[in-house]
Amino acid sequence: MTKITYITHDNKTHTIDVQNGLTVMEGAVQNDIPGIDADCGGGMACATCHVYVKEEWLDKLPKKEDGEEDMLDMAFEPKKNSRLSCQLVVSDELDGLIVDIPSKQG
Amino acid sequence: MNKTDALIIGAGPTGLFTAHQLKLIGLECEVVDNLDKIGGQCIELYPDKPIYDIPAVPECTGEELTNNLIHQLKPFDIKFHLSERVDEVKKDNGNWIVKTSKGKTFSTPNVIIAGGVGSFEPRKFAPKECEKFENKSLFYSVKDKTIFQGKTVSIFGGGDSALDWAVELSKSSKVNLIHRRDEFRGAQATVDKVKELEKSGKLNIFTKYQLSKANGSKQLESIDIKHDEGEIKNLKTDYLLGFFGLIMQLGPIANWGLNIDKKTIEVDTEKFETNQKGIYAIGDICSYPGKLKLILSGFHEGALAARACFKLARPDEKYRFEFTTTSSNLLKRLGKKE
Repeated sequence: MTKITYITHDNKTHTIDVQNGLTVMEGAVQNDIPGIDADCGGGMACATCHVYVKEEWLDKLPKKEDGEEDMLDMAFEPKKNSRLSCQLVVSDELDGLIVDIPSKQG
Repeated sequence: MNKTDALIIGAGPTGLFTAHQLKLIGLECEVVDNLDKIGGQCIELYPDKPIYDIPAVPECTGEELTNNLIHQLKPFDIKFHLSERVDEVKKDNGNWIVKTSKGKTFSTPNVIIAGGVGSFEPRKFAPKECEKFENKSLFYSVKDKTIFQGKTVSIFGGGDSALDWAVELSKSSKVNLIHRRDEFRGAQATVDKVKELEKSGKLNIFTKYQLSKANGSKQLESIDIKHDEGEIKNLKTDYLLGFFGLIMQLGPIANWGLNIDKKTIEVDTEKFETNQKGIYAIGDICSYPGKLKLILSGFHEGALAARACFKLARPDEKYRFEFTTTSSNLLKRLGKKE
C-alpha cells in the first residue's frame, strides 16, 4: 500500500492507501474522490482525470508517453505540472505523492 | 410528430447493434445522436486505436468497428438524426414524447438510452467572463465564416480544427493562433502551412500562452493571454475561437426522473429497464451488479432490451425467438430471402 494525497477543489485533503499497481486515477475513482471522472476508463482519451502534481514530485514520476501531452491540450487549465492520473502507476516510489484536482473538472 | 416503435438515444456501437436487433425482430426504430457522425466514443475518442476484445474480431480500430456495424445495418432502413440532442422525455398516455434540440418530436412506447457517458459538448474556456460572449463573439465551432471577414480572430488550440481554421481565416481576417505549448498535434502538412503563413506575416502564433481574461462590456474588445513564465500580453480582438475537443456531459438525461448514481442509470438485468416503464439504459451508461464497461456487454444488453421493447410495441402479438440461420422471417428481413 502506498499513501497518495488528493486535494480537491474545496481544499479538502484526502489521503488514501492505494494498492501498488493501480493508477492514481483508479485510487481516486475507487474511493469516490470528487473531480476525477475518468470518463474513458484510463484510455488516455478524455483528460477528465487531469491533476496537478506537487512540484517536488515532477521528476520522480514516470515520463509522459506519446499522447499524454496531446490529451493535456484538452484538459481544463493545463499547467507545467499537469499529468493525467490514469498514466501514473502507483508504486513504493510514489509514497507520499500529493496531487491537486483542478477546480472545474468534470 | 414522428411515431416509432423504439427511439434509441446514442449512435455508438451499443446503439447501432440494438437498432439491428430491433429491426431483426420486426420493430421500427430511429436513432438520435448529438455528434455530427455515427460511432459515438469509438469514432470521437479513439478512431485509430486498436480494440482487441470484441468477440471473434481479433483486432479492429474504433473506426473499423463503427463501419462494420453500419455495414451490418445495411439491410434495414433506419433513420438517423445527427447533431441533435434529446432534451425532453415526457409521459403521455402510455407513450413517451421525446423532444430534440432541433425541435423534432417523437412518440414511442420505448426509449433506449445508449448514451455512453452522456452527450459530447465542446470544452470551454476557463475564465468565467467568457460565458457572456458565447455565441456572439466567442465560438467553439464555426457555422458562418463570413462574419470574420476583415476582423481580428484569436484562435486557441493545437489540433486540426484550430490549425485548419487558422489557415482558412487568414485569407480574409487578421488571425492570432494561441496554444499552450510549442508542439502542435495537428497534421504535419497543416502545421507547416501555419508556420509558413507566420513567416510571411499572414498570421501571428503565440505558443506557451493561455487565455487569462476576456475584456469588453457587451462586445469583446481584447483578450489577455498569459505565458507559462507569467508574462501577460493584451491582444485586440473581435472574435475568439476555442478548439479544445469535446467533453462528455450527462446533460438533460439527469432530468428525466431516472435513478442516477455517479453518472450511470440503474437498470434491471432482465430487460435493462430503468425505474420508468419503457425507458431502458444500455452500454456504458447503465449500472447493475457486476456491470462491465465493455462493448460486448453493450451488445448483450441491447439484444435483451430490444425483446422487451417488442412487448410494449406489439402488445397483441407474441414474440417468438428465432435464429438467423434458420428462420425464413428473419432471413426475409435481412434481404437474404424473397
